[in-house]
Amino acid sequence: MKPFVDIHDVTHVYARAEDGVPAVQNLTIRINEGEFAAIVGPSGCGKSTLMKLATGLQFPREGTVIVDGKEVGAPVKLAGMAFQNPTMLPWRTTVDNILLPLEIVEPHRSRLRKHKAEYVAKAEGLLEQVGLKGQGHKYPWQLSGGMQQRASLCRALIHEPKLLMLDEPFGALDSFTREELWCVMRDLHAARKVTIILVTHDLREAAFLADRVFCMSARPGHIVAEREVTFPRPRDLEITYTPEFSELVHELRGHIAQARKAA
Amino acid sequence: MKTKNQLAAAPWVFTVGFFLLWELVCRAFKISSFILPAPSTILLAVWEYRSQLTYHALHTLWMTFAGFGLAVGFGLLLGMLLGSSRLINAGSYPLLVGFNSIPKVAVVPILVFWFGVGWVPPVLTAFLISFFPIVVNVATGIATVEPEMEDVLRALGASKKDIVFKIGVPRAMPYFFGSLKVAITLAYVGSVIGEQNASNVGIGNLLTRASAAFEVPLVWAALVVLAVLGVIMYAITAYAERSMTGWAQRSQMAA
Ligand SMILES: Nc1ncnc2c1ncn2[C@@H]1O[C@H](COP(=O)(O)OP(=O)(O)O)[C@@H](O)[C@H]1O
Ligand SMILES: [Mg+2]
Repeated sequence: MKPFVDIHDVTHVYARAEDGVPAVQNLTIRINEGEFAAIVGPSGCGKSTLMKLATGLQFPREGTVIVDGKEVGAPVKLAGMAFQNPTMLPWRTTVDNILLPLEIVEPHRSRLRKHKAEYVAKAEGLLEQVGLKGQGHKYPWQLSGGMQQRASLCRALIHEPKLLMLDEPFGALDSFTREELWCVMRDLHAARKVTIILVTHDLREAAFLADRVFCMSARPGHIVAEREVTFPRPRDLEITYTPEFSELVHELRGHIAQARKAA
Repeated sequence: MKTKNQLAAAPWVFTVGFFLLWELVCRAFKISSFILPAPSTILLAVWEYRSQLTYHALHTLWMTFAGFGLAVGFGLLLGMLLGSSRLINAGSYPLLVGFNSIPKVAVVPILVFWFGVGWVPPVLTAFLISFFPIVVNVATGIATVEPEMEDVLRALGASKKDIVFKIGVPRAMPYFFGSLKVAITLAYVGSVIGEQNASNVGIGNLLTRASAAFEVPLVWAALVVLAVLGVIMYAITAYAERSMTGWAQRSQMAA
Protein backbone atom coordinates (compact mmCIF):
# COMPACT_ATOMS: atom_id res chain seq x y z
CA MET A 1 0.00 0.00 0.00
CA LYS A 2 1.28 3.45 -0.91
CA PRO A 3 1.62 5.81 2.04
CA PHE A 4 -0.61 8.90 2.02
CA VAL A 5 1.74 11.01 4.08
CA ASP A 6 5.40 10.17 3.53
CA ILE A 7 7.92 12.21 5.49
CA HIS A 8 11.38 11.01 4.63
CA ASP A 9 14.53 11.87 6.57
CA VAL A 10 13.39 15.42 7.25
CA THR A 11 15.38 17.97 9.23
CA HIS A 12 13.73 21.29 9.92
CA VAL A 13 15.13 24.43 11.51
CA TYR A 14 12.79 27.38 12.09
CA ALA A 15 14.00 30.57 10.48
CA ARG A 16 13.40 32.32 13.75
CA ALA A 17 14.98 29.70 16.03
CA GLU A 18 17.52 31.63 18.08
CA ASP A 19 19.86 28.73 18.84
CA GLY A 20 19.66 27.21 15.35
CA VAL A 21 18.87 23.78 16.83
CA PRO A 22 16.57 21.80 14.53
CA ALA A 23 13.00 21.27 15.72
CA VAL A 24 13.00 17.84 14.08
CA GLN A 25 15.96 15.85 12.76
CA ASN A 26 16.06 12.78 10.49
CA LEU A 27 12.33 12.41 10.93
CA THR A 28 10.84 9.58 8.92
CA ILE A 29 7.20 8.59 9.17
CA ARG A 30 4.76 6.94 6.76
CA ILE A 31 1.03 7.08 7.26
CA ASN A 32 -1.32 5.08 5.08
CA GLU A 33 -4.47 6.29 3.44
CA GLY A 34 -7.46 6.11 5.77
CA GLU A 35 -5.26 5.37 8.74
CA PHE A 36 -5.73 6.89 12.17
CA ALA A 37 -2.22 7.72 13.39
CA ALA A 38 -1.40 9.13 16.80
CA ILE A 39 1.83 10.91 17.63
CA VAL A 40 2.93 11.17 21.22
CA GLY A 41 6.06 12.70 22.66
CA PRO A 42 7.41 15.05 25.29
CA SER A 43 6.48 18.71 25.11
CA GLY A 44 8.49 20.76 22.60
CA CYS A 45 9.73 17.70 20.70
CA GLY A 46 8.40 18.89 17.36
CA LYS A 47 4.93 17.36 17.13
CA SER A 48 3.33 20.57 15.93
CA THR A 49 6.25 21.02 13.58
CA LEU A 50 5.47 17.64 12.04
CA MET A 51 1.89 18.86 11.49
CA LYS A 52 3.11 22.02 9.80
CA LEU A 53 5.47 20.04 7.57
CA ALA A 54 2.76 17.63 6.51
CA THR A 55 0.33 20.44 5.63
CA GLY A 56 2.89 22.57 3.82
CA LEU A 57 2.85 25.42 6.32
CA GLN A 58 6.60 24.89 6.75
CA PHE A 59 9.10 23.45 4.29
CA PRO A 60 11.91 21.16 5.39
CA ARG A 61 15.53 22.22 5.17
CA GLU A 62 16.49 18.66 4.31
CA GLY A 63 14.52 15.61 3.25
CA THR A 64 11.21 15.26 1.43
CA VAL A 65 7.57 15.50 2.39
CA ILE A 66 5.15 13.72 0.05
CA VAL A 67 1.42 13.97 0.60
CA ASP A 68 -1.08 12.20 -1.65
CA GLY A 69 1.69 11.29 -4.11
CA LYS A 70 2.92 14.88 -4.58
CA GLU A 71 5.92 16.55 -3.04
CA VAL A 72 4.75 19.38 -0.80
CA GLY A 73 5.89 22.79 -2.01
CA ALA A 74 2.94 24.90 -0.88
CA PRO A 75 0.06 24.54 1.60
CA VAL A 76 -1.60 21.26 0.64
CA LYS A 77 -5.19 22.58 0.37
CA LEU A 78 -6.70 19.21 1.28
CA ALA A 79 -6.17 19.31 5.03
CA GLY A 80 -8.52 20.15 7.83
CA MET A 81 -7.02 21.25 11.12
CA ALA A 82 -8.15 21.55 14.73
CA PHE A 83 -6.13 22.74 17.69
CA GLN A 84 -6.34 22.78 21.45
CA ASN A 85 -7.66 26.32 21.14
CA PRO A 86 -10.94 26.07 19.17
CA THR A 87 -10.27 29.48 17.51
CA MET A 88 -13.89 30.16 16.64
CA LEU A 89 -14.47 33.67 15.30
CA PRO A 90 -16.66 35.45 17.87
CA TRP A 91 -18.45 37.65 15.33
CA ARG A 92 -19.76 34.68 13.35
CA THR A 93 -22.42 32.22 14.38
CA THR A 94 -21.36 28.62 14.82
CA VAL A 95 -22.68 27.64 11.39
CA ASP A 96 -20.90 30.56 9.73
CA ASN A 97 -17.72 29.56 11.52
CA ILE A 98 -18.05 26.05 10.19
CA LEU A 99 -18.61 27.34 6.66
CA LEU A 100 -15.42 29.43 6.78
CA PRO A 101 -13.16 26.89 4.98
CA LEU A 102 -15.64 26.82 2.09
CA GLU A 103 -15.01 30.51 1.57
CA ILE A 104 -11.40 29.57 0.79
CA VAL A 105 -11.39 26.18 -0.94
CA GLU A 106 -12.45 25.71 -4.54
CA PRO A 107 -14.86 24.62 -5.94
CA HIS A 108 -16.95 25.63 -2.92
CA ARG A 109 -15.60 29.14 -2.86
CA SER A 110 -17.35 30.11 -6.09
CA ARG A 111 -20.47 28.02 -5.40
CA LEU A 112 -21.06 29.07 -1.79
CA ARG A 113 -23.14 32.16 -2.43
CA LYS A 114 -25.59 30.46 -4.80
CA HIS A 115 -25.85 27.16 -2.94
CA LYS A 116 -25.78 28.52 0.58
CA ALA A 117 -28.76 26.47 1.78
CA GLU A 118 -27.17 23.21 0.66
CA TYR A 119 -23.96 24.01 2.54
CA VAL A 120 -25.79 25.13 5.66
CA ALA A 121 -27.67 21.82 5.64
CA LYS A 122 -24.35 20.03 5.40
CA ALA A 123 -22.95 21.99 8.33
CA GLU A 124 -26.02 21.17 10.36
CA GLY A 125 -25.63 17.50 9.50
CA LEU A 126 -22.08 17.63 10.84
CA LEU A 127 -23.24 19.43 13.97
CA GLU A 128 -25.71 16.62 14.56
CA GLN A 129 -22.93 14.03 14.17
CA VAL A 130 -20.85 15.69 16.88
CA GLY A 131 -23.84 16.11 19.21
CA LEU A 132 -24.58 19.78 18.63
CA LYS A 133 -27.90 19.42 16.84
CA GLY A 134 -29.74 22.73 16.46
CA GLN A 135 -26.99 24.82 18.07
CA GLY A 136 -25.71 26.31 14.82
CA HIS A 137 -27.36 29.69 15.23
CA LYS A 138 -25.54 30.36 18.49
CA TYR A 139 -22.40 32.41 18.75
CA PRO A 140 -19.26 30.57 19.89
CA TRP A 141 -19.14 32.51 23.15
CA GLN A 142 -22.55 31.07 23.97
CA LEU A 143 -21.07 27.55 23.84
CA SER A 144 -18.98 25.74 26.43
CA GLY A 145 -15.36 24.83 25.73
CA GLY A 146 -16.27 21.26 24.80
CA MET A 147 -19.03 22.43 22.48
CA GLN A 148 -16.68 24.89 20.80
CA GLN A 149 -14.21 22.07 20.27
CA ARG A 150 -16.93 19.97 18.63
CA ALA A 151 -17.78 22.87 16.36
CA SER A 152 -14.10 23.25 15.54
CA LEU A 153 -14.06 19.58 14.44
CA CYS A 154 -16.99 20.32 12.14
CA ARG A 155 -15.08 23.24 10.66
CA ALA A 156 -12.11 20.95 10.04
CA LEU A 157 -14.35 18.46 8.20
CA ILE A 158 -16.80 20.62 6.24
CA HIS A 159 -14.79 20.65 3.01
CA GLU A 160 -14.34 16.86 3.19
CA PRO A 161 -10.58 16.93 3.58
CA LYS A 162 -8.57 13.83 2.78
CA LEU A 163 -6.29 14.61 5.68
CA LEU A 164 -7.37 15.65 9.16
CA MET A 165 -4.77 17.15 11.48
CA LEU A 166 -5.59 17.29 15.16
CA ASP A 167 -3.04 19.03 17.38
CA GLU A 168 -3.87 18.20 21.01
CA PRO A 169 -7.52 18.99 20.30
CA PHE A 170 -8.85 17.73 23.62
CA GLY A 171 -5.99 18.97 25.80
CA ALA A 172 -7.96 21.72 27.49
CA LEU A 173 -11.10 19.70 28.26
CA ASP A 174 -12.18 17.89 31.41
CA SER A 175 -11.83 14.12 31.30
CA PHE A 176 -15.55 13.34 30.85
CA THR A 177 -15.91 15.70 27.91
CA ARG A 178 -12.67 14.37 26.52
CA GLU A 179 -13.89 10.77 26.54
CA GLU A 180 -17.14 11.84 24.90
CA LEU A 181 -15.16 13.50 22.16
CA TRP A 182 -13.00 10.40 21.71
CA CYS A 183 -16.17 8.58 20.76
CA VAL A 184 -17.19 11.42 18.43
CA MET A 185 -13.79 11.19 16.76
CA ARG A 186 -13.99 7.40 16.53
CA ASP A 187 -17.39 7.61 14.81
CA LEU A 188 -16.33 10.38 12.44
CA HIS A 189 -13.34 8.32 11.37
CA ALA A 190 -15.50 5.23 10.87
CA ALA A 191 -18.06 7.18 8.84
CA ARG A 192 -15.67 8.69 6.29
CA LYS A 193 -12.45 7.56 4.68
CA VAL A 194 -10.22 10.25 6.03
CA THR A 195 -6.59 9.96 7.08
CA ILE A 196 -6.17 11.33 10.58
CA ILE A 197 -3.01 12.44 12.34
CA LEU A 198 -3.64 13.10 16.01
CA VAL A 199 -1.01 14.75 18.17
CA THR A 200 -1.58 14.19 21.85
CA HIS A 201 0.19 13.83 25.15
CA ASP A 202 -2.59 11.62 26.49
CA LEU A 203 -1.41 8.03 25.98
CA ARG A 204 -4.86 6.56 26.68
CA GLU A 205 -6.31 8.80 24.01
CA ALA A 206 -3.71 7.62 21.52
CA ALA A 207 -4.24 3.95 22.42
CA PHE A 208 -8.03 4.18 22.24
CA LEU A 209 -8.29 6.02 18.93
CA ALA A 210 -5.31 5.09 16.79
CA ASP A 211 -4.41 2.29 14.42
CA ARG A 212 -0.76 3.08 15.02
CA VAL A 213 0.97 5.11 17.70
CA PHE A 214 4.29 6.84 16.99
CA CYS A 215 6.52 7.96 19.85
CA MET A 216 8.81 10.91 19.30
CA SER A 217 12.11 11.68 21.00
CA ALA A 218 12.87 14.94 22.78
CA ARG A 219 14.05 17.85 20.64
CA PRO A 220 15.34 17.53 17.97
CA GLY A 221 12.45 15.18 17.37
CA HIS A 222 12.37 11.95 15.42
CA ILE A 223 10.35 8.76 15.70
CA VAL A 224 11.79 6.38 18.31
CA ALA A 225 9.05 3.77 18.44
CA GLU A 226 6.04 2.68 16.46
CA ARG A 227 3.31 0.49 17.86
CA GLU A 228 0.40 -1.11 16.04
CA VAL A 229 -2.88 -1.03 18.00
CA THR A 230 -4.85 -4.12 17.18
CA PHE A 231 -8.02 -3.74 19.24
CA PRO A 232 -10.91 -4.51 16.89
CA ARG A 233 -13.17 -1.67 15.74
CA PRO A 234 -15.62 -0.33 16.62
CA ARG A 235 -14.01 0.11 20.01
CA ASP A 236 -16.01 0.71 23.12
CA LEU A 237 -14.82 2.97 25.93
CA GLU A 238 -14.94 -0.15 28.12
CA ILE A 239 -11.78 -1.48 26.46
CA THR A 240 -9.82 1.24 28.20
CA TYR A 241 -10.35 -0.69 31.44
CA THR A 242 -9.02 -4.01 30.13
CA PRO A 243 -5.59 -5.30 31.17
CA GLU A 244 -4.45 -5.42 27.50
CA PHE A 245 -5.18 -1.72 27.21
CA SER A 246 -3.31 -0.88 30.39
CA GLU A 247 -0.41 -2.93 29.20
CA LEU A 248 -0.28 -1.00 25.91
CA VAL A 249 -0.44 2.36 27.70
CA HIS A 250 2.27 1.19 30.04
CA GLU A 251 4.48 0.20 27.14
CA LEU A 252 3.98 3.58 25.43
CA ARG A 253 4.79 5.27 28.69
CA GLY A 254 8.07 3.40 28.78
CA HIS A 255 9.04 4.74 25.34
CA ILE A 256 8.25 8.31 26.35
CA ALA A 257 10.17 8.01 29.60
CA GLN A 258 13.17 6.74 27.67
CA ALA A 259 12.86 9.54 25.11
CA ARG A 260 12.86 12.10 27.89
CA LYS A 261 15.82 10.54 29.64
CA ALA A 262 17.82 10.54 26.40
CA ALA A 263 17.43 14.31 26.16
CA MET B 1 -30.76 47.34 40.63
CA LYS B 2 -30.06 50.15 43.04
CA THR B 3 -26.40 50.35 42.14
CA LYS B 4 -27.30 50.37 38.44
CA ASN B 5 -29.52 53.43 38.90
CA GLN B 6 -26.83 55.09 40.95
CA LEU B 7 -24.32 54.44 38.19
CA ALA B 8 -26.64 55.97 35.61
CA ALA B 9 -27.26 59.06 37.76
CA ALA B 10 -23.64 59.58 38.81
CA PRO B 11 -22.44 61.53 35.74
CA TRP B 12 -25.30 64.02 36.09
CA VAL B 13 -24.88 64.40 39.83
CA PHE B 14 -21.14 64.95 39.52
CA THR B 15 -21.49 67.47 36.71
CA VAL B 16 -24.19 69.51 38.43
CA GLY B 17 -22.23 69.32 41.68
CA PHE B 18 -19.09 70.60 39.96
CA PHE B 19 -20.81 73.67 38.58
CA LEU B 20 -22.62 74.35 41.88
CA LEU B 21 -19.31 74.24 43.70
CA TRP B 22 -17.77 76.57 41.13
CA GLU B 23 -20.68 79.01 41.52
CA LEU B 24 -20.41 78.89 45.32
CA VAL B 25 -16.65 79.49 45.29
CA CYS B 26 -17.04 82.47 42.96
CA ARG B 27 -19.73 84.02 45.13
CA ALA B 28 -18.17 83.22 48.49
CA PHE B 29 -14.78 84.73 47.60
CA LYS B 30 -16.26 87.45 45.40
CA ILE B 31 -13.93 86.48 42.54
CA SER B 32 -13.81 89.05 39.76
CA SER B 33 -15.50 87.80 36.60
CA PHE B 34 -12.38 88.97 34.77
CA ILE B 35 -10.38 86.23 36.54
CA LEU B 36 -12.97 83.50 36.80
CA PRO B 37 -16.59 84.13 35.89
CA ALA B 38 -19.25 82.14 37.73
CA PRO B 39 -21.19 79.55 35.71
CA SER B 40 -24.27 81.75 35.87
CA THR B 41 -22.34 84.60 34.26
CA ILE B 42 -21.02 82.28 31.57
CA LEU B 43 -24.49 80.93 30.90
CA LEU B 44 -25.77 84.45 30.45
CA ALA B 45 -22.96 85.13 28.01
CA VAL B 46 -23.78 81.97 26.07
CA TRP B 47 -27.34 83.19 25.73
CA GLU B 48 -26.28 86.71 24.80
CA TYR B 49 -23.90 85.55 22.06
CA ARG B 50 -26.00 82.56 20.99
CA SER B 51 -26.31 83.37 17.29
CA GLN B 52 -22.61 84.14 16.93
CA LEU B 53 -21.67 81.00 18.90
CA THR B 54 -23.99 78.78 16.87
CA TYR B 55 -22.61 80.07 13.61
CA HIS B 56 -19.00 79.48 14.60
CA ALA B 57 -19.69 76.18 16.37
CA LEU B 58 -21.35 74.76 13.25
CA HIS B 59 -18.32 75.75 11.23
CA THR B 60 -16.02 74.05 13.74
CA LEU B 61 -18.14 70.90 13.72
CA TRP B 62 -17.98 70.82 9.98
CA MET B 63 -14.17 71.18 9.98
CA THR B 64 -13.92 68.48 12.64
CA PHE B 65 -16.06 65.98 10.76
CA ALA B 66 -14.24 66.61 7.51
CA GLY B 67 -10.86 66.04 9.15
CA PHE B 68 -12.15 63.08 11.11
CA GLY B 69 -13.62 61.50 7.97
CA LEU B 70 -10.28 61.82 6.21
CA ALA B 71 -8.54 60.32 9.24
CA VAL B 72 -10.93 57.35 9.34
CA GLY B 73 -10.45 56.55 5.66
CA PHE B 74 -6.70 57.03 5.69
CA GLY B 75 -6.30 55.37 9.10
CA LEU B 76 -8.19 52.26 8.00
CA LEU B 77 -6.17 51.89 4.82
CA LEU B 78 -2.79 52.49 6.43
CA GLY B 79 -3.72 50.34 9.43
CA MET B 80 -4.66 47.46 7.14
CA LEU B 81 -1.38 47.84 5.27
CA LEU B 82 0.71 47.94 8.45
CA GLY B 83 -1.24 45.12 10.05
CA SER B 84 -0.80 42.77 7.13
CA SER B 85 2.89 43.32 6.43
CA ARG B 86 5.46 42.96 9.16
CA LEU B 87 8.06 44.53 6.87
CA ILE B 88 6.07 47.69 6.14
CA ASN B 89 5.12 47.87 9.81
CA ALA B 90 8.69 47.67 11.05
CA GLY B 91 9.91 50.07 8.38
CA SER B 92 7.36 52.81 8.81
CA TYR B 93 6.83 52.78 12.57
CA PRO B 94 9.66 55.17 13.49
CA LEU B 95 8.44 57.60 10.81
CA LEU B 96 4.89 57.43 12.11
CA VAL B 97 5.87 57.87 15.73
CA GLY B 98 8.18 60.72 14.84
CA PHE B 99 5.48 62.44 12.85
CA ASN B 100 2.95 61.94 15.61
CA SER B 101 5.32 63.56 18.12
CA ILE B 102 5.39 66.88 16.25
CA PRO B 103 3.01 69.34 17.96
CA LYS B 104 0.45 70.05 15.27
CA VAL B 105 0.33 73.77 16.20
CA ALA B 106 3.76 73.93 14.65
CA VAL B 107 2.44 72.49 11.41
CA VAL B 108 -0.33 75.04 10.94
CA PRO B 109 1.99 77.78 9.61
CA ILE B 110 3.22 75.37 6.96
CA LEU B 111 -0.35 74.60 5.99
CA VAL B 112 -0.95 78.34 5.68
CA PHE B 113 2.09 78.69 3.36
CA TRP B 114 0.65 75.95 1.21
CA PHE B 115 -3.07 76.59 1.24
CA GLY B 116 -3.53 80.10 2.65
CA VAL B 117 -6.00 81.06 5.34
CA GLY B 118 -9.36 79.32 5.02
CA TRP B 119 -11.03 75.99 5.59
CA VAL B 120 -8.14 73.78 4.44
CA PRO B 121 -5.74 74.29 7.38
CA PRO B 122 -8.31 73.42 10.10
CA VAL B 123 -9.47 70.32 8.22
CA LEU B 124 -5.93 69.14 7.62
CA THR B 125 -4.88 69.86 11.19
CA ALA B 126 -7.84 67.83 12.42
CA PHE B 127 -6.86 65.03 10.06
CA LEU B 128 -3.15 65.05 10.91
CA ILE B 129 -3.71 65.01 14.63
CA SER B 130 -6.30 62.24 14.67
CA PHE B 131 -5.29 59.52 12.20
CA PHE B 132 -2.50 58.03 14.31
CA PRO B 133 -4.59 56.22 16.96
CA ILE B 134 -6.77 54.76 14.20
CA VAL B 135 -3.75 53.41 12.31
CA VAL B 136 -2.19 51.90 15.42
CA ASN B 137 -5.40 50.24 16.57
CA VAL B 138 -6.38 48.79 13.21
CA ALA B 139 -2.85 47.52 12.66
CA THR B 140 -2.77 45.92 16.10
CA GLY B 141 -6.12 44.20 15.58
CA ILE B 142 -4.97 42.71 12.29
CA ALA B 143 -1.45 41.80 13.38
CA THR B 144 -2.63 39.89 16.45
CA VAL B 145 -4.72 37.25 14.64
CA GLU B 146 -4.17 33.94 16.46
CA PRO B 147 -1.48 31.92 14.65
CA GLU B 148 -3.65 28.78 14.84
CA MET B 149 -6.48 30.57 13.05
CA GLU B 150 -4.05 31.64 10.38
CA ASP B 151 -2.75 28.06 10.07
CA VAL B 152 -6.28 26.69 9.63
CA LEU B 153 -6.84 28.96 6.65
CA ARG B 154 -3.36 28.81 5.18
CA ALA B 155 -3.48 25.01 5.15
CA LEU B 156 -6.52 25.41 2.90
CA GLY B 157 -4.56 27.56 0.51
CA ALA B 158 -5.83 30.95 1.71
CA SER B 159 -3.92 33.98 0.48
CA LYS B 160 -2.70 36.77 2.74
CA LYS B 161 -5.55 38.87 1.38
CA ASP B 162 -8.14 36.22 2.36
CA ILE B 163 -6.78 36.13 5.88
CA VAL B 164 -6.68 39.90 6.27
CA PHE B 165 -10.22 40.42 5.00
CA LYS B 166 -11.93 37.38 6.51
CA ILE B 167 -10.27 37.51 9.92
CA GLY B 168 -7.98 40.48 10.38
CA VAL B 169 -10.38 43.27 9.48
CA PRO B 170 -13.46 42.02 11.40
CA ARG B 171 -11.22 41.22 14.32
CA ALA B 172 -9.79 44.75 14.23
CA MET B 173 -13.24 46.38 14.35
CA PRO B 174 -13.47 46.65 18.16
CA TYR B 175 -10.00 48.23 18.17
CA PHE B 176 -11.06 50.53 15.34
CA PHE B 177 -14.25 51.72 17.01
CA GLY B 178 -12.39 52.10 20.29
CA SER B 179 -9.88 54.36 18.60
CA LEU B 180 -12.66 56.54 17.10
CA LYS B 181 -13.46 57.88 20.56
CA VAL B 182 -9.91 59.12 20.89
CA ALA B 183 -9.69 60.25 17.29
CA ILE B 184 -12.84 62.40 17.33
CA THR B 185 -11.67 64.36 20.36
CA LEU B 186 -8.26 64.82 18.79
CA ALA B 187 -9.78 65.94 15.49
CA TYR B 188 -11.83 68.48 17.39
CA VAL B 189 -8.77 69.87 19.12
CA GLY B 190 -7.04 69.94 15.75
CA SER B 191 -9.76 71.90 13.99
CA VAL B 192 -9.89 74.47 16.81
CA ILE B 193 -6.11 74.90 16.68
CA GLY B 194 -6.32 75.29 12.91
CA GLU B 195 -9.07 77.89 13.20
CA GLN B 196 -7.21 79.83 15.86
CA ASN B 197 -4.25 80.31 13.57
CA ALA B 198 -5.50 80.09 10.05
CA SER B 199 -9.19 80.80 9.65
CA ASN B 200 -11.64 83.67 9.76
CA VAL B 201 -14.51 81.61 11.14
CA GLY B 202 -15.03 78.87 13.71
CA ILE B 203 -14.93 78.71 17.49
CA GLY B 204 -11.14 78.72 17.39
CA ASN B 205 -11.10 81.99 15.49
CA LEU B 206 -13.78 83.42 17.78
CA LEU B 207 -11.59 82.53 20.78
CA THR B 208 -8.59 84.30 19.27
CA ARG B 209 -10.58 87.44 18.56
CA ALA B 210 -12.43 87.46 21.89
CA SER B 211 -9.25 87.08 23.91
CA ALA B 212 -7.47 89.79 21.90
CA ALA B 213 -10.38 92.12 22.74
CA PHE B 214 -10.45 91.00 26.41
CA GLU B 215 -14.05 89.86 26.08
CA VAL B 216 -13.64 87.45 28.95
CA PRO B 217 -17.27 86.20 29.22
CA LEU B 218 -17.31 85.43 25.49
CA VAL B 219 -14.04 83.46 25.82
CA TRP B 220 -15.56 81.40 28.61
CA ALA B 221 -18.82 80.95 26.75
CA ALA B 222 -16.88 79.65 23.73
CA LEU B 223 -14.98 77.23 25.95
CA VAL B 224 -18.19 75.88 27.45
CA VAL B 225 -19.69 75.38 24.01
CA LEU B 226 -16.52 73.52 22.98
CA ALA B 227 -16.72 71.26 26.00
CA VAL B 228 -20.39 70.42 25.51
CA LEU B 229 -19.92 69.62 21.83
CA GLY B 230 -16.89 67.52 22.70
CA VAL B 231 -18.90 65.42 25.12
CA ILE B 232 -21.67 64.94 22.55
CA MET B 233 -19.27 63.81 19.83
CA TYR B 234 -17.54 61.43 22.21
CA ALA B 235 -20.91 59.99 23.23
CA ILE B 236 -21.89 59.42 19.60
CA THR B 237 -18.70 57.49 18.82
CA ALA B 238 -18.97 55.52 22.06
CA TYR B 239 -22.52 54.57 21.09
CA ALA B 240 -21.36 53.53 17.62
CA GLU B 241 -18.67 51.39 19.22
CA ARG B 242 -21.18 49.58 21.44
CA SER B 243 -23.72 48.96 18.73
CA MET B 244 -21.24 47.85 16.07
CA THR B 245 -19.09 45.44 18.06
CA GLY B 246 -21.30 43.98 20.74
CA TRP B 247 -19.76 40.55 20.17
CA ALA B 248 -16.42 41.80 21.44
CA GLN B 249 -17.90 42.80 24.77
CA ARG B 250 -19.83 39.58 25.21
CA SER B 251 -17.09 37.21 24.14
CA GLN B 252 -13.96 37.01 26.24
CA MET B 253 -11.92 38.66 23.56
CA ALA B 254 -10.75 41.91 25.10
CA ALA B 255 -10.94 44.82 22.74
N1 LIG C 1 7.72 29.50 14.82
C1 LIG C 1 8.77 29.01 15.50
N2 LIG C 1 9.97 29.65 15.45
C2 LIG C 1 11.05 29.16 16.12
N3 LIG C 1 11.04 28.05 16.85
C3 LIG C 1 9.89 27.35 16.93
C4 LIG C 1 8.70 27.78 16.26
N4 LIG C 1 7.71 26.89 16.53
C5 LIG C 1 8.26 25.96 17.32
N5 LIG C 1 9.57 26.20 17.56
C6 LIG C 1 10.49 25.38 18.36
O1 LIG C 1 10.54 24.11 17.79
C7 LIG C 1 10.48 23.09 18.78
C8 LIG C 1 9.33 22.14 18.51
O2 LIG C 1 8.12 22.86 18.64
P1 LIG C 1 6.69 22.18 18.47
O3 LIG C 1 6.68 21.46 17.17
O4 LIG C 1 5.68 23.24 18.65
O5 LIG C 1 6.66 21.17 19.69
P2 LIG C 1 5.44 20.33 20.30
O6 LIG C 1 4.23 20.60 19.49
O7 LIG C 1 5.89 18.91 20.23
O8 LIG C 1 5.30 20.76 21.72
C9 LIG C 1 10.32 23.80 20.12
O9 LIG C 1 11.56 23.76 20.78
C10 LIG C 1 9.95 25.22 19.76
O10 LIG C 1 10.55 26.11 20.65
MG1 LIG D 1 2.47 21.57 19.99
